[in-house]
Amino acid sequence: MKPRQKRFAYIIVAVVALGAAVGLVLYALKNNVSLYFTPTQVYNKEAPQGRSFRIGGLVEPGSVMRRNDDLTVHFSITDNTRSMPVIYKGILPDLFKEGKGVVAQGKIEADNIFHAEEVLAKHDENYMPPEAKDALDKAAKAKSDAGGAVATPATGKKID
Amino acid sequence: MAINWFKYSAPSTFYELAGKLAPWFAWSAGILFSIGLYIGFFVAPTDAQQSEAYRIIFIHVPSSIMSMFVYLIMAGYAAVGLIFNTRLSSMMASALAPTGALFAFISLWTGALWGKPMWGAWWVWDARLTSELILLFLYFGFIALHASIDDPRRADRASALLAIIGSVNVPIIYFSVKWWNTLHQGSTVKFTGTSMHVAMQQAMFITLAACWLYAIAMALARVRSIILERERNTLWVAELPEVRS
Repeated sequence: MKPRQKRFAYIIVAVVALGAAVGLVLYALKNNVSLYFTPTQVYNKEAPQGRSFRIGGLVEPGSVMRRNDDLTVHFSITDNTRSMPVIYKGILPDLFKEGKGVVAQGKIEADNIFHAEEVLAKHDENYMPPEAKDALDKAAKAKSDAGGAVATPATGKKID
Repeated sequence: MAINWFKYSAPSTFYELAGKLAPWFAWSAGILFSIGLYIGFFVAPTDAQQSEAYRIIFIHVPSSIMSMFVYLIMAGYAAVGLIFNTRLSSMMASALAPTGALFAFISLWTGALWGKPMWGAWWVWDARLTSELILLFLYFGFIALHASIDDPRRADRASALLAIIGSVNVPIIYFSVKWWNTLHQGSTVKFTGTSMHVAMQQAMFITLAACWLYAIAMALARVRSIILERERNTLWVAELPEVRS
């Protein structure tokens, strides 16, 4: 091999080896790299016990309740499989909304409620004007109404 | 008639070519920036979720994409310089580093400004943000390592290794939002399509093109200075009209 081919081979081998090593390290640290745990993971006891961690998911529609006298707010974080009741006292970000993404930092107290110290909003990667959003929402609603009426009328009623 | 491309791998001929090309790239970058930002601020509609605040995307996303692309190109030049012992490739790698670092910095800075009102935090240690910060440090490391070695050829080789090894970080940045739970949302621009209104897309891709042209213009201008500095003892530099006067 010419010296330049040798150098080329060395570099390829080094990058592949390093890539594999980094890949393995990141795979091993999977749970530490992730910013939050899902409610299902929390129920499966994969989240840290007795200390602060982050939980993320969607704000369960219909779960947000505000107290009248102070800033305390109750809501549930769901991953559509399990949901976790959360209590938080403070100002919520503007994008905090039912059915939207949220990440909360805090810990589970003895009452089995997640006491959040910080609530962050997580938005999605879709950008569209409000008119397009309304049209999409209407189409989705029409579709779910039609589907619900044909397939399972009972669940359709329950949602209402 | 075929153009002899190898002619331009010599610093003396490339110096002249870069001088001719740089203004063209700089001007077209300026024009595209104006068009892209005009569309972004006045033509593109309001976003349903984030209203007007989303418009920082027209700076944030192009600079983030560029910070990764410039790194890969820099590492590519550095690798070519290391393998083929070509002087100009290493000089191009050094010329690209500050521009890449600038893009990475703008990406982090505009991201913080965007994160505070939307997420509720300037900064979180999620995988996307942290790996982008590492990218910025890799640029700084490349520049600092190169500057710390007096012999330019040795400096080229050492910093080339750092650049090549660091390129492992780029796919991590890109896929971080897929592989792990992050606060940063998923990719809007995907290989399968873009989940964005057409006018918003146009503005973003035009500013992205402008960033490309800007990066090329800056690299060409900077490589001219590097060539002059490194070849200052040669005859052709001494005979340049701008040096003689």
